[in-house]
Amino acid sequence: MTQFLASIAYDQWALHALILLPVLGIVPVLLVPVASARRVALVVTVAEFVLSLGLWWAWQPAAGMQLVTSVPWIPRLGVSYAVGLDGISLFMVLLSTGLMPLAVLSSYTYITKHERAYYALLLAQAVGMIGCFIATDLFVFYVFFELLLIPMYFLIGIWGGANRLYAAIKFFIYTMFGSLLMLVAILVMVWKVAAVTGELSFSYAHLLANAHAVGSAAPWLFAAFALAFAIKVPVFPLHTWLPDAHVEAPTAGSVLLASVLLKVGTYGFLRFAVPFFPSVALSPTVSALVVSLAVIGIIYGALVALVQPDFKKLVAYSSVSHLGFVMLGIWSGTVQGVQGALMVMISHGLSTGALFFLIGMMYERRHTREIAAYGGIARVVPIFGILLTVVALSSIGLPGLNGFVGEFLVLLGSFGNHPGATIIATTGVIFAAAYLLWAIQRILFNRLDRPENEGMLDLNPRELVVLIPLVAGIVWLGLFPGPVLRRMEPSARQFVETTAAGHASAAMAEVAR
Amino acid sequence: MTLFQETAAAAPAPGAIGLAWLLLALPMAGFVINGALSIWRPRAKGAVSVVGPAVLIASFAVAVAIVLQLWQASPEAPYILRLWTWLPVDTLRIEFALQIDQLAAVMMLVITGVGSLIHIFSVGYMRTDDGYARYFAYLNLFVAFMLVLVLGSSMPVMFIGWEGVGLCSYLLIGFWFNDKANADAGKKAFIVNRIGDVGFLVAMFATWQVAGTLDFAGVTAWASAHPELAGSGVITAITLFMFLGCTGKSAQIPLYVWLPDAMAGPTPVSALIHAATMVTAGVYLVVRTSVLFSMAPLTSTVVAGIGALTALFAATIGLRQYDIKKVLAYSTVSQLGYMFLGVGTGAYAAGVFHLVTHAFFKALLFLGAGSVIHAMHHAYHATHSHDDAQDMRNMGGLRRAMPWTFALMGIATLAIAGFPGLSGFFSKDEILAGAFARGGEQPIYYLFYGMGLLAALLTAFYMARLMTMTFLGPNRTGEAERAHLHEAPWIMIGPLVVLGILSLVGGAINLPPLVGGGAGLEHWLEPVTAPAARFFRLEEPHGSTELFLVGAAVAIGLLGLAWGYLASSRRAIVPAREAAPETGFWRAVYHKYYVDELYDAVIVRPLLWISRVLLWGVVDKGLVDGAAVNGSARLSRGLGWIGSRLQTGQVGVYVVLFLVGALWVLRVVVG
Repeated sequence: MTQFLASIAYDQWALHALILLPVLGIVPVLLVPVASARRVALVVTVAEFVLSLGLWWAWQPAAGMQLVTSVPWIPRLGVSYAVGLDGISLFMVLLSTGLMPLAVLSSYTYITKHERAYYALLLAQAVGMIGCFIATDLFVFYVFFELLLIPMYFLIGIWGGANRLYAAIKFFIYTMFGSLLMLVAILVMVWKVAAVTGELSFSYAHLLANAHAVGSAAPWLFAAFALAFAIKVPVFPLHTWLPDAHVEAPTAGSVLLASVLLKVGTYGFLRFAVPFFPSVALSPTVSALVVSLAVIGIIYGALVALVQPDFKKLVAYSSVSHLGFVMLGIWSGTVQGVQGALMVMISHGLSTGALFFLIGMMYERRHTREIAAYGGIARVVPIFGILLTVVALSSIGLPGLNGFVGEFLVLLGSFGNHPGATIIATTGVIFAAAYLLWAIQRILFNRLDRPENEGMLDLNPRELVVLIPLVAGIVWLGLFPGPVLRRMEPSARQFVETTAAGHASAAMAEVAR
Repeated sequence: MTLFQETAAAAPAPGAIGLAWLLLALPMAGFVINGALSIWRPRAKGAVSVVGPAVLIASFAVAVAIVLQLWQASPEAPYILRLWTWLPVDTLRIEFALQIDQLAAVMMLVITGVGSLIHIFSVGYMRTDDGYARYFAYLNLFVAFMLVLVLGSSMPVMFIGWEGVGLCSYLLIGFWFNDKANADAGKKAFIVNRIGDVGFLVAMFATWQVAGTLDFAGVTAWASAHPELAGSGVITAITLFMFLGCTGKSAQIPLYVWLPDAMAGPTPVSALIHAATMVTAGVYLVVRTSVLFSMAPLTSTVVAGIGALTALFAATIGLRQYDIKKVLAYSTVSQLGYMFLGVGTGAYAAGVFHLVTHAFFKALLFLGAGSVIHAMHHAYHATHSHDDAQDMRNMGGLRRAMPWTFALMGIATLAIAGFPGLSGFFSKDEILAGAFARGGEQPIYYLFYGMGLLAALLTAFYMARLMTMTFLGPNRTGEAERAHLHEAPWIMIGPLVVLGILSLVGGAINLPPLVGGGAGLEHWLEPVTAPAARFFRLEEPHGSTELFLVGAAVAIGLLGLAWGYLASSRRAIVPAREAAPETGFWRAVYHKYYVDELYDAVIVRPLLWISRVLLWGVVDKGLVDGAAVNGSARLSRGLGWIGSRLQTGQVGVYVVLFLVGALWVLRVVVG
């Protein structure tokens, strides 16, 4: 495989093609007859996924960026079109490209109006997601970061539920606020670095190497970056846009939102906020604050999920809980914790994505997401019941399935530096079991007491094609996470070592002064 | 790629030991086949009847071969079979590996042996159920996970089995899931177990932090190399957290509440999971990590104390239950308490001994109860009655219709009551003798001994009561139903006979020197328990003390049996439908001291209230979303309104505003 990829010079053009393909795909989607739009979108996203698979082999497990390209774009401002891939972004890209065909396929019957525009926006969303993860120039990153926002705004606002406008605007203003702050921070940072180095550049590597040049502005810049990303994650108490956006978004929108868009937030911490300003990020005060908010998020999200009458909202709050584990892992200061955070990012993408797909399938049949409207349906729709149970168990963190790997590593890794917080966070596994088992009991088990549920149809082949890959991933990653963990390890170790060193040298400088 | 590499500390793993992976693979294959049948061919009951038990019997055969080989080799160190690397992260390196040693051998024999018998019994018991294939799929999966639990060579791999058996327990308790009570019971079992699992997880994190390894062999080696840590806070903390995990899985105070409810599952499930195997996992964990427990005297005292307390407490509840399975459930909680009393005393082999004999006689009791319920159910079904087929007040005199079941359950009753010569007599006696001996150094163990002895009296009482109410006296099932009461078919009685023999003579595996035995099991387990014995040596009593202890135990058992028989046979028992509600103290006992209600009022309902009203209502909707988010939206709308007022369209106003603004900017820049 590696030889074949080398023979076609895959590493030279793969990343550009991943950006270009969906862009070019938008054209035929908009031009073909309405009925064919979904098929064209499927072809494009499948091609995109197949294309991305080569990265598994083309990318060699090592620290640092690979498949790097940099082309001057606006030389006067020091902006380049620069992309690259490391062990952190590799899996985020694969997660995004893997979910896209499923998102398209799940929309076949769900979306019944303006199909061409819908699928075109899904493709635009893909561009933003992939671009965010591979950008190695902060200007380019910012452009893609904004690009994430606009298609999702329309997906929610046009194809969403009853209260879609409120949710869409709330989502837009919330995240726009964060990203504008980040833009200011990027500009200030570039300007300050240029003032010291004499080189005006948005290049990630350049800014990372000279981040100390920002001097006393570091706390403010970190705060701006952190706020932008914390809204995206979302970190408690910046989370209230999420349940509204999830509940109102169409199925595919919810899936992409939860599985990928939230990860842009944690990715931002891993890529920018912490490595740029380790002395601030890892200072005792900030560290204590972040760890506290992470633990609050874990417990709070789980408890609020427990009492949600709407299944989709329940899953939305469970995301707040899961992403708390990611934040805890990033601040664990150990390779295990950081790799655990990365694993939670992937696992949450698979299991929460699958949960939203399943909820969408329930909704298409019964036109309600109220848990109380179901009950006892495992007897009528056994395949649906089995898949929902497996996915729920993955989300609960049952060892042997994917969810456990990440959570276990996060907690194991963070125990050394934050024992108290880790013990509290560990109790989250109780509440996770409580809210999901209670929910699936009220949906699948108990008495089948509503006649309208008796005629529910079990999953059809198309729906199985959507779910089976996710369930396979859930089992596979749970039992054999080794190949993935080994690929992440160099990048995770680099993150831990460079941030620790940065923090230590800043502390030394403090002492010297 | 080789599927697994064999590494052994003692010698390369030869022959049958190299095939240990088959132990898990066989039931796993059964799960896949039966699971597929349950989806696509739910009516293919013939195939299920063959596949379900066959994989277990084959697995048992492998286990026997392994144990025979282990017998000949008698290695000092365990064989480790590495299957694949599960969690490789930096310095953490967790192999998916199986550990074959003397303790694992005992457990695998019990699991596959008793498991096979229960699978065979299930063919008769569950055959008419619509979910027959699904039932066997779950049961096979359970055995696979149970074997992962006892064979896993590190704590995280064991944890896969630990939670996996919990999952199967959840699925099987709620097997008839369209009844809310069953689904509730399954969920309760899972969640209560998860509380314990937090303890196990934290213990793992702390162990990793101090020992840098999670392999059992590695932890044992590390602990043995650091004798100075004996009695230290860190070891005490680790073991206390670990024991929290044990109280969940093995249904000890305060987390025992899920086990009685777990009786909602099919009765063979209660026999296999909730008596013979899964619930003993906590005892197994303590023995597996005995070196840590032996270095933490405080924890050991807590283990013994909780064990003794649970043994006594649960036995009292068993005194006043009418559901035949509920009596056995509390009996199981109580007997598990004995095992913890044993391992908390440092009598690790005695704990395992009681684990084994208990697996025999309690599985027999549950399967016997299953046979009774099967007959009662048929009788009520034939007459379309809705009376309770599990209520002993509706039974009585069943010995005439079911002589085999009666005789075999009688053996089990004598065994659990400690009748001299039967299996339970030896194992229980050893635990009590150990506690008494430990009392010489730590007097509080005399108290534990007394509690254990009192619990033995109550055990004999409630068992005699159960037998009397079920099998003796006049029949209370009903005139029409009586004719339909029949003995179970041979496929169900057969396994009972085997378990009856084991209950009779099972004590032979560890006969004490007092009766000329060689304490076989104790010596067999020595390679496992030796590191712990270094820190926590227990001198078993000898001579007249030993004779006195045995005499006391026998007397107590016989007294309890006689008392229970007399108290129950003299009392006029009326069928459940006509019975008056309990009054006074017995009412509290019947309602299990209202502990469930207490937990509900103190933990569950406040938590839901806090989540719904405080967190979701006040914090989420009120403060964050209402005040902060939408508040700032209103604020900006208000500012916008002020701004729009300023747009008067009069040039003069703009000029003034511009000048003010420009002066302000100038002041900032210059000043």
